[in-house]
Amino acid sequence: MNFEDKAYKIKVGLAEMLKGGVIMDVVSSEQAKIAEQAGAVAVMALERVPSDIRAEGGVARMADPDIIEAIKKAVSIPVMAKCRIGHFAEAEILESLEVDFIDESEVLTPADNANHVDKWRFKVPFVCGCRNLGEALRRIAEGAALIRTKGEAGTGDVSEAVRHLREVNRDLKRLTVMAKDELYSAAKEMRVPLNLVQMVAEAGRLPVPNFAAGGVATPADAALVMKLGAESVFVGSGIFKSSNPEKRARAIVTAVAQYNDPKALAECSRNLGEAMKGVQAATLPDEELLQIR
Amino acid sequence: MLPAINIGVLALQGDFERHLLHLKKLNVPSIEIRKPEQLNVIDGLIIPGGESTTMAELIDRFGFRDRLTLFFKDHAVWGTCAGAILLARHVDDTRVRPFGVIDIKAVRNGYGRQVHSFFEMVRLNLNGSAATVEASFIRAPMFENIGRGVEILARHENHPVLLRQGRCLVSSFHSELHENPLLTAYFIDHMVRPADVSIEK
Repeated sequence: MNFEDKAYKIKVGLAEMLKGGVIMDVVSSEQAKIAEQAGAVAVMALERVPSDIRAEGGVARMADPDIIEAIKKAVSIPVMAKCRIGHFAEAEILESLEVDFIDESEVLTPADNANHVDKWRFKVPFVCGCRNLGEALRRIAEGAALIRTKGEAGTGDVSEAVRHLREVNRDLKRLTVMAKDELYSAAKEMRVPLNLVQMVAEAGRLPVPNFAAGGVATPADAALVMKLGAESVFVGSGIFKSSNPEKRARAIVTAVAQYNDPKALAECSRNLGEAMKGVQAATLPDEELLQIR
Repeated sequence: MLPAINIGVLALQGDFERHLLHLKKLNVPSIEIRKPEQLNVIDGLIIPGGESTTMAELIDRFGFRDRLTLFFKDHAVWGTCAGAILLARHVDDTRVRPFGVIDIKAVRNGYGRQVHSFFEMVRLNLNGSAATVEASFIRAPMFENIGRGVEILARHENHPVLLRQGRCLVSSFHSELHENPLLTAYFIDHMVRPADVSIEK
């Protein structure tokens, strides 16, 4: 665990370049082009968007390399792809395909219920989801170069992403006011290496960027998570499950760039057609929640 | 006393906060530029790293194109990575429409995808004195077809990585991700400060 390592800094560096942007889930090269033209900073290459995974059930796995290659050819922006939690063989395959970022994602069916991928040994950077600071720091200790909230993917309901952002921010603030001798038990409670906890307590922020994901469906949703401290926004089903993906994609990009300007937000929210229908996250039974993975 | 200056960092997308941190370290007043009219209150502009397709799209969408073209005629500007691509005369990719402020061709992702990104100490030649700076090359562009009026201030393995023409500076790497604000100081002291302009021209 060496955060001063140059190879690690290069990984976090790419996350820095993605700040203030929108990363869009796409399942084809056509969708990828729409995303790029709308101003996306990156695309996430998938076989099914989260709302379809939720609807169809079954085991969700890494995408077919053909889909990933086709998307890589279609666009010039970074291409991300998801591997199952703990599935380091999928991660190695994705690295060999030279994707620009790997999302070790709870949206896919976990392959290992005890361990995540050891992300330090990869050259390609990883992003991982979290619900609170402990989870974020455990993923960072494993080598994640970027953290995102889990939210509740595929619902179109932003409330869980909001909850997770607020939890991380609150936990961070709490760490900064703790006495030095309290950090030992904080580290123990969060199950995080002490030196990482000490480092974060001192800095008052995560050592990697923190993005929002899970349930963003409108420009206003995107602005909300940015106002709550997210540094970029992942949009999964929200764009290509809406009635006018081109227009909605553009509008969400505008909203992230101008999240502090309500007039600009009103303008880009006009006449977008129907948002994805979605499902209220609070009504989902525990066994259907992706965030607890 | 040096005259007061104000530096803008284009904040449409990318690592603009990192540039603002370096400016703060140097005690240089600075603002995030999110609206075209804010260009009226600054003496020099930094275009950060990020995605050049996104930035080019937002420049047009938010009405920056003409205002920036005018601004570049009589102001200092520094583009890092994506910012450099936007300032080039030519880009190898029609998805990005550049401003043509510096006579070079930018090849997007010239070093390859993220797994080929790298860190190097880069030797700079600034005003005849040598210096070294920490540099991250992240999906970096390569610069080709360097025009006659363009000065090469640094190379990496024979490829030019830091170039200057008049009041336009471009770097394919990121020094703003690291501690040393040396390059930011050079930009301020030798390219923005009005007292310097007559000498540099």
